[in-house]
Amino acid sequence: MQPLLKVQALSKTFNVRAGLFSRKKFEVLKNISFCVGKGESIAIIGETGSGKSTLAKLLSGADSADSGQILLENNIIEDKGVRDNQCRHIRMIFQDSGASLNPGLTIGEMLDDCLQYNTGFDNTEREEKIAATLSKVGLLVDHRHYYPHMFSVGQLQRVAFARALILDPKVIVLDEALSSLDPSIRAQIVNLLLKLQRDTGLTYVMITHHLSLVRHISDHVVVLDKGEVVEYGPTEEVFQNPQSKVTQRLLSC
Amino acid sequence: MAKFNLFSEESNKSPLARFWRKFKNNHPALVGLWIFLAFALLAATAPLLAPYGVNQQHSDALLIPPSWREMGDVRFILGTDDLGRDVLSRLMNGATYTFGLSVVAALLTTIIGVLVGTFAGISRGLRSSFLNHLLDITLSIPSLLLAIIIIAILGPGLMNTVWAIILALLPQFIHSIRNLIVDELNKDYITAFRLDGASNWHIISRGIFPNIYEHIVVIFTMALSTAILDISALGFLKLGAQPPTTEWGAILAENLGLIYLAPWTVALPGVLLFLAVLSTNLVGDGLRQVLKARKAD
Repeated sequence: MQPLLKVQALSKTFNVRAGLFSRKKFEVLKNISFCVGKGESIAIIGETGSGKSTLAKLLSGADSADSGQILLENNIIEDKGVRDNQCRHIRMIFQDSGASLNPGLTIGEMLDDCLQYNTGFDNTEREEKIAATLSKVGLLVDHRHYYPHMFSVGQLQRVAFARALILDPKVIVLDEALSSLDPSIRAQIVNLLLKLQRDTGLTYVMITHHLSLVRHISDHVVVLDKGEVVEYGPTEEVFQNPQSKVTQRLLSC
Repeated sequence: MAKFNLFSEESNKSPLARFWRKFKNNHPALVGLWIFLAFALLAATAPLLAPYGVNQQHSDALLIPPSWREMGDVRFILGTDDLGRDVLSRLMNGATYTFGLSVVAALLTTIIGVLVGTFAGISRGLRSSFLNHLLDITLSIPSLLLAIIIIAILGPGLMNTVWAIILALLPQFIHSIRNLIVDELNKDYITAFRLDGASNWHIISRGIFPNIYEHIVVIFTMALSTAILDISALGFLKLGAQPPTTEWGAILAENLGLIYLAPWTVALPGVLLFLAVLSTNLVGDGLRQVLKARKAD
């Protein structure tokens, strides 16, 4: 099967201030490669500081890589840090969904902006799309008049999800998006994610350190350590039979 | 279809509506706002409301005390000065100069400051740090001193004072706006907004601006109270408005010689100045408190 999202030899270096004038190069990601098929999920796990969140930013386009390519359906969308700005097929859900929503705009306005910048829909089409997306994530149509401060954390996560979904993306990157939720709401959101995956064939890239969740959702798993892929394979295989020390340590705790 | 709806009240309070509700609960600030609005009204309509002309002299009524005194005359409620001019009319017209021109100066400062500050906020690298450090230097000089220096170059006069005050207030204003913009730019929702496909202009107008305009209003009130003090101080020092003009500071300076003979000619403009600055500061302080409370919740 042809993979939907293909990441090839992605590298990223940060300049870190070492002294007063000297700067040190710090390689966050080295030669990352993996691929995901349509309707599949991949989890990226690793210790803190292993470059997970940077990888999420690179995938969603919030930051650009130094070298390597990202391919979506065999089209190059990022090559050596140059990104195709028209592409909104990869959407990201942030760690803190409250902070990722503009407190001065209503949910409807925010979603409307999203559609205005990316589609040629007219007013009624946009209204319909917003209503359909909100009900898809389990919110009411009337919620579009609400401001972000009026939602609870779980609802905010749904709003963030609606924002990601409204442009009909192919891939959704979840950067620790489920970690801040309490177990019951997390279960709700996870079920919602899986339902949407079944219905529309979405692909998820999950950045998380929540191992039971990884086992539940993802088909493949990538283990990162200090910016390098130490293990990559089907979830069950990796969990049953971890090869590297890093994975063993992660799994044992 | 139901004929009436029990829950018809829409309670989706926008951030602005919540802001006003909290501000309303702060009574001193609300009183300040009323005084502030009264001054604004007076500044706009003083020539129509004033009972006499500004320079109309009544040779039969020199140095008449306010009307509640024994020697007072009901024609001149707040008395007259040594040229027989009605103090009330002069003070009312003074609002146009001292208060009105300060508002104009503060507004112009706001417009220029927001434009330049936004530009400074979104530019990066050498340009940004150059502007920033240049502003740091001017920030170390008090605004009144800076205004006096600018007056020394431009020459005395009321309009020159306004320009001097604008130029003296600008550095602080630009600095504050720049800091606000830089703070907002680093927040998550701006990254998310950019990923939605928003251009730089969208980010400024839809992303940042709706979240900082209250802060801009607070900075505006601070600039306004400084402008009122500066304009009257320069008038008092005879560097700003020149004597026949009814600017409060200039009236004060003009009548300073009469302080023992006719204290009302000096006290009343002083009281008005005090009220103008106090009301502006009360409003500014109220706004600041609401902002602080909003950050806390």
